[in-house]
Amino acid sequence: MPTYTLSINRTPHTVEVEADTPLLWVLREHLQLTGTKYGCGMAQCGACTIHVNGNPVRSCIVPISSVKAEQEITTIEGLSESGDHPLQEAWVEAQVPQCGYCQSGQIMQAAALLAKNPQPDREEIIQFMNGNLCRCGTYMRIIKAIEMAAKPLESHGK
Amino acid sequence: MENKLNPSILTRRKFLQKSGGLTLGITALAAFPGMLATPREGLSTNGSQLTAWVNIQPDGKITIMNPAAEMGQGSMTALPVIIAEELDADWSQVVIEHSPNDVDTYGLERWGGRKIMLTVGSFTVSGYYESLRKAGAQARYVLLYSAAKKWGVPLEELKTNPSRILHPKTSQEISYGEIISDISMPESLPDLPLKDPENFQLIGSVMPRWDIPQKVDGSAIFAGDVRVPNMLYGVIERGKVHGAKPNLQNLSEIQEMEGIEEVVEMDYGVGIIASTIERALKAKKLLNIAWTNDTPSQGHGSQESFERYADLAGDATEKGKVLTEIGNVEHAKSEAHTTYEADYKNDYVYHAQMEPLNAMASVSPDGQSVEVWAGTQAAGSLSSTVAQVLGIEASQVKFHPQYLGGGLGRRSLHDYVIEAVKLSNAVKKPVKLIWTRQDDLQYGHYRPLSLQRMKASVGKNGGLLGLSHTIVGDGSNLLASGAKNAYYDIPNQHLEIRTVNNGIRLKHWRAVGHGPNKFAIESFIDELASDQGMDPLAYRQQLMHNHPRALATLNKASEMARWSEPAQEGRAKGVAFGERSGALVTGICEISLDPEKGKIRVHHFWMAVDAGTIVQPDNAIAQLEGGIIMGMSSVLQEQLTIVNGEVQQTNLHDYSLLRISDVPESMDIFLMPSMEAPEGIGEGSLPVVGGAIGNAFAALTGKRLRHLPFTPDRVKAALR
Repeated sequence: MPTYTLSINRTPHTVEVEADTPLLWVLREHLQLTGTKYGCGMAQCGACTIHVNGNPVRSCIVPISSVKAEQEITTIEGLSESGDHPLQEAWVEAQVPQCGYCQSGQIMQAAALLAKNPQPDREEIIQFMNGNLCRCGTYMRIIKAIEMAAKPLESHGK
Repeated sequence: MENKLNPSILTRRKFLQKSGGLTLGITALAAFPGMLATPREGLSTNGSQLTAWVNIQPDGKITIMNPAAEMGQGSMTALPVIIAEELDADWSQVVIEHSPNDVDTYGLERWGGRKIMLTVGSFTVSGYYESLRKAGAQARYVLLYSAAKKWGVPLEELKTNPSRILHPKTSQEISYGEIISDISMPESLPDLPLKDPENFQLIGSVMPRWDIPQKVDGSAIFAGDVRVPNMLYGVIERGKVHGAKPNLQNLSEIQEMEGIEEVVEMDYGVGIIASTIERALKAKKLLNIAWTNDTPSQGHGSQESFERYADLAGDATEKGKVLTEIGNVEHAKSEAHTTYEADYKNDYVYHAQMEPLNAMASVSPDGQSVEVWAGTQAAGSLSSTVAQVLGIEASQVKFHPQYLGGGLGRRSLHDYVIEAVKLSNAVKKPVKLIWTRQDDLQYGHYRPLSLQRMKASVGKNGGLLGLSHTIVGDGSNLLASGAKNAYYDIPNQHLEIRTVNNGIRLKHWRAVGHGPNKFAIESFIDELASDQGMDPLAYRQQLMHNHPRALATLNKASEMARWSEPAQEGRAKGVAFGERSGALVTGICEISLDPEKGKIRVHHFWMAVDAGTIVQPDNAIAQLEGGIIMGMSSVLQEQLTIVNGEVQQTNLHDYSLLRISDVPESMDIFLMPSMEAPEGIGEGSLPVVGGAIGNAFAALTGKRLRHLPFTPDRVKAALR
């Protein structure tokens, strides 16, 4: 079986798995990074969203063989040091999650948006977040939390 | 650990449990600080003697037990808030834990006094409210009793501030943590007064939910995230037709695949146990199974059912189950100036909770005990169910409750837990069972497809003389909820269910029958109003003038939505009322329409809700918002179809859920101030969505949508 070395959350990890194993299962079941969730297995729901070199990617459809060693993978566990990314703080402030299952993916998707576009308007938020499903229906608060986190930096006190 | 307790104390504890009518608020841990090192062990194994809701440690940490499933509804915070309120606890020192799975101690009295641990029907907060207030007051009493004894002062002279006991006369003060080393158990518990709601500090205030920080950093653990040593993975291939029996054609081929530990042939599927999930899934795809084709659902076609249902609704010889008979609708018809008849329909819908089903079980090598990790709405019956499967004692089932990635009614069944147990039993090793999304969708339990035949008799002056409602479908009681009309005064009423059996697995789905029934009732009432040339809101005001609380929600929503002002060009408003689990709800929405695409756009939703005392207002609003979204999803696009017994949809690309691009620009939800007992919140908003949107559509176009969901094809057909 082939061996792969990945850089995940700035730490190297080596795994021995079949080449077509989806990155999602590698993260969750081989490396115990269980914050990334399985929802559909075909990039329809966004629960498995992670970053590859800062871009949001659905890890359920990425075979591990397509990930290059020099690519930097970030999961929800590595988004911030102690859960204090401005989006995570806004998510708590706006009391976004209900069941919470989709929220890692929502936050990772939103973090990729703010990294590219620090002050998106409502339409840009909706367009960028449209691939992430939430069955509890927390969408109104997701929009609110992203708008809160997207406020000018000085108003954050950081 | 519990065996080391002083027997006399145990006796007193038993006495206190009985005298309090409920468990004593303070555990033995408080009385025996020596036990603090192993708090959970003593609690979870022997619930009959060492059970309680509150545990206070010398450092002031207060652990409060949560007996309910946390599936997103927030009751794991709301229930401890109720206890903390009467305990007068400093909320910043509170820690929440899952209670042991002990129904006698932590169950909720329901259905004739039987105790249950079942998180369904939006009754968790309302059902536990009084008993948990008492539990909190009892815990506070023991603390006061101990301080009074320590200081030699009358208990009546003591007061509490959050987590502190004060004796104003002598200016003495002690914290809840400090008194633990001097705890004394009272001989009996008096009838304790509860707080005047005017003095509530926690109930009714906006407080953050306990579970949210873990749900934003990925640390919240769901059943699928659990890992134990030597764990294997299980998957099951089930038939495309519910109940079909498998005949595996390539057993040896599968067995020889790398990493396959066991192939388990079951009566409705084939299980595969493998060393990794990816190997299990690979083998699942390669299974060659011949399925039996003699199940009851063979031949069932969902969309063809409507014609059959309509015939059944009109069959004069047919006698269904009559749920309401008030006056005489036939007599009303003979006196009517105008009569009306309309059929409303709804397709099957699927739960689509974001976390597909999963569970882990570990059967011991001797097969005599088992540990189960699962997210379930039905913890109370889990142990006995699993024990029955294995033929062991329920006491030999150890359950580890986990967060639920959505329940919505689906996780009130034990099918997936039983499957995990069976797979583990086949290898006597821990097995984590994972359902794929396709498994979850195609082997689901759906909200039934149904047809509602509505008939009305209207008098000369437009008064509603009679209403007849006949429901046709499969699923008996699942069809009934929300059909009874309790708030519109109509002198002659008839409500009847005519049941068929299609062999399709059906189950409670958020708000159960309220979705289809309120859609039919509220649309029909609207039709009657507009045909009398009356404002639909004013028509409802007349009908519910004897029900002031319901009427107040109607009036409030009308005011919020500026009902009397016309909507802007190209838009229209629609109203609907519904009650669910005691909550009274009026919803008004404003929509526009893209006639070419057949697409309805909901711009605003206004809602007024009377659910009595609200324990967690911000969370209540979040639940109502979520219910509107899920309601819109089911009303505008969710549709599960069945051809020859086979579910036609396979995943979330063809079973379409509402996305963020379709949310309203605003939702404005008002909770009516109330001192009345709490009512259910979690399903309150969903039932009014169909009626509100359909009625807005009629106001905008003059056409009626009578079939859920309002797909583009149906919208375009209505406009023709």
